[in-house]
Amino acid sequence: MDQLFDVSLFNSMLRIVTPILLAALGGAICARVGLFNVGLEGLVLVGAFSAILGNHLLGNVWLAIIFAILCVMLFSLIFAYISINLRANVIVVGISMNFLAAGLTTFCLRAIFDVKGAYYDKNMMGLPKWDIPVIKDIPVLGGIVSGHSPLVYLAFFAAILMQIYLFKTVSGFRLRAAGENPVAAQSLGIPVRRIQYGAVLMSGVLCGLAGAQLSLGQVTMFTEGMTAGRGFIALVATMLGQSNPIGVVASSLLFGFMDAFSIRLQGFALPAQFTQMLPYIVTLVAMFFFKDRSYLKDAQRANGSSR
Amino acid sequence: MTLLLEMKNITKKYGDFTANHNINFDVRKGEIHALVGENGAGKTTLMRMLYGMEEPTSGSIMINGKEVHFHDPSEAIRQGIGMVHQHFMLFPSFTLAENIVIGGEPKRSGLFDRKAAADKVNELGQMYGMPVDPWRKAGDCPLGVQQRTEILKVLYQGADVIILDEPTGVLTPSEVKELLQSIKRLAAQGKSFILITHKLHEVMEAADRITVLRDGVITGHMESNTTDEEKISRLMVGRDLIPMSRVANEPGASVMHVQNVTLAGAKGAKPLLDNVTLTVRQGEIVGIAGISGNGQSELLQVISGLVQPDSGIVELNGKDVTGDSVRAIREQGMAHIPEDRYMWGASREATVLDNGLMGHQHQYKKGGLIQSHKLRKVVSGWVERFAIKTGSLDTQAQFLSGGNLQKLIAAREFAQNKPFLIAAEPTRGVDVGAMETIHGELLAKCKTGDGILLVSSELTEILKLSDRVLVMYEGAIAGELSAAEATEEQISLLMAGGKRQL
Repeated sequence: MDQLFDVSLFNSMLRIVTPILLAALGGAICARVGLFNVGLEGLVLVGAFSAILGNHLLGNVWLAIIFAILCVMLFSLIFAYISINLRANVIVVGISMNFLAAGLTTFCLRAIFDVKGAYYDKNMMGLPKWDIPVIKDIPVLGGIVSGHSPLVYLAFFAAILMQIYLFKTVSGFRLRAAGENPVAAQSLGIPVRRIQYGAVLMSGVLCGLAGAQLSLGQVTMFTEGMTAGRGFIALVATMLGQSNPIGVVASSLLFGFMDAFSIRLQGFALPAQFTQMLPYIVTLVAMFFFKDRSYLKDAQRANGSSR
Repeated sequence: MTLLLEMKNITKKYGDFTANHNINFDVRKGEIHALVGENGAGKTTLMRMLYGMEEPTSGSIMINGKEVHFHDPSEAIRQGIGMVHQHFMLFPSFTLAENIVIGGEPKRSGLFDRKAAADKVNELGQMYGMPVDPWRKAGDCPLGVQQRTEILKVLYQGADVIILDEPTGVLTPSEVKELLQSIKRLAAQGKSFILITHKLHEVMEAADRITVLRDGVITGHMESNTTDEEKISRLMVGRDLIPMSRVANEPGASVMHVQNVTLAGAKGAKPLLDNVTLTVRQGEIVGIAGISGNGQSELLQVISGLVQPDSGIVELNGKDVTGDSVRAIREQGMAHIPEDRYMWGASREATVLDNGLMGHQHQYKKGGLIQSHKLRKVVSGWVERFAIKTGSLDTQAQFLSGGNLQKLIAAREFAQNKPFLIAAEPTRGVDVGAMETIHGELLAKCKTGDGILLVSSELTEILKLSDRVLVMYEGAIAGELSAAEATEEQISLLMAGGKRQL
């Protein structure tokens, strides 16, 4: 058992969970304004590519992250304009965003770097690892918590900030109002569209960070389709967490753990194809147990006295 | 009384269509001014202009003698105008306090101060005699409380003139009474109300002045103590209403019989239906009165086959249909005007034609395909006969006014031509003209020897149409009254759980 569960398993869980968590928080804020953002996968992919591109062009990781954020915000504006102004079906827009991102990054990879499949530059600097003073010396905890890229810490910090924003501030309260009943919010003079735009742009920022963590955090490279479904897992984490930032952290951790665990299991001569299914099996099982009770409640109410 | 608000020579045109023509309307401080008219008469358009949701084509709005121009509701709110919409504008997952203070939330060190909001709401509730529990979720509250919350919200926004758009459509009789008392008390405290409605007895009870609109023009303007319901309805409809009277038929054999039906409730709670037995015979209308939520909905669901009873039987034309499918029951001889037209009666997104097809689909089928040319002819016949105002047969149902959609549903069910009809809240939220049409059809159907079960929360409707009245209380039949015995007092007493007085 010692080999199955150890400090490095939980350490890699935190690393793996970061892009999922960041994207899921982006999904949560979109869901809170009534836009279900299926395009997270595409946003993260664009983030991952533009982080590498930014690093290549600007030669600085921090500037690269900012570059990635700006690119993904720009990309998310397409989603915002089509679903808010043109009132297209958000699911359809989200799915097309994913395909657009896949094609666009592959195309740019060839056009800009002139390579196929993956781009890797051994001289490129990735994100630094931060050792947290004091904590790093605590046994076990230090090994798990310390020594990650700054984005790992930022992700958890962002979750806490978002929790406070949504449930403690007036502005967050109005954001939730705009999502829950847009017509009523409009009748009170709350600028619903502006709030929706803000939320989509915020999800762009978070997905840009998620992408940067993917391409600059552990490895320093970009491969075609490197998000490999993490955006969709993030989507599920959003739903499981009922769009509550703290709930999203919990569900993201679950998926991050299963992901890390499946990699670990490969060391035990289990076929990789099998262990790779694990996170998704857990997703299905989780949906079974945590199904959104509010739908049930609504249905029951509709069946009872309709007054 | 001082003049607070004046709308002068207001005209509103949408292309060639004139929704409001040269309307003069004013509100004094501390009065309740009723604005009545049928659906589509232009009441809502006029109020939307006052609330800044539309701008008038010509004419002016003055508040305290100063001309104002509103471009959106928040400007109207700032000038002291508040509106309680017909469909409530609440956030179901938010607390009542949150719903009330939204737009002007109290803050402390940058954060939303929910405690202060709750205090504020308690204070307001105290001041205006409309207490609510600030920490309760809006979605869990009964409609009467939700409405009180809406009124507190506009009061919190500092409204002096409050527009109430069809405020009583969804309320129970006791909630209506409470609401009317509340607004009278608020008016005495100096608030002004514009009451939009087509329920004339409420107008007579609460309003100081009455303005009647028909087809976008004012047809009457009067003090409430110088007029009566009949006069107002004549101005609204533009003709005399045909007086309707029930001709008592000699009832025939039983068409529908419910024997000892029981339906269990949630664990530990009282049963939803408690040993209910009733019979509807040929040529009679049996009215079921009761405060909503006392088992009427469940009874209808059992009769129509939507829910299986735990015990007891339902007979239709002498045949036991308990446990049969809805379709089988309908084919055995039942038609059903459901109580909520949007939830049960129609599909908002479907066209008038498709809504008309529902329940008739097996009749207009040939080789698996719908014969729409035949159906078209039939549905346009209904549109003509019931005077349903619709753009075309291909208009989506959601663009029909409530009254017109209700007429469509009623027409569809009358066309089933079955010996037994359930009419649940057949005229809820419809105007006088539509009500007259539907009532006339119900009486005509009864005359041909069919049986009708009428469920209504409007006592006047029950009293007007029923040959016998059954009162439901807590899932059981609390009493039965013949048409001669049934008075509003007797029924109200039984509705409230009292014993019948002889």
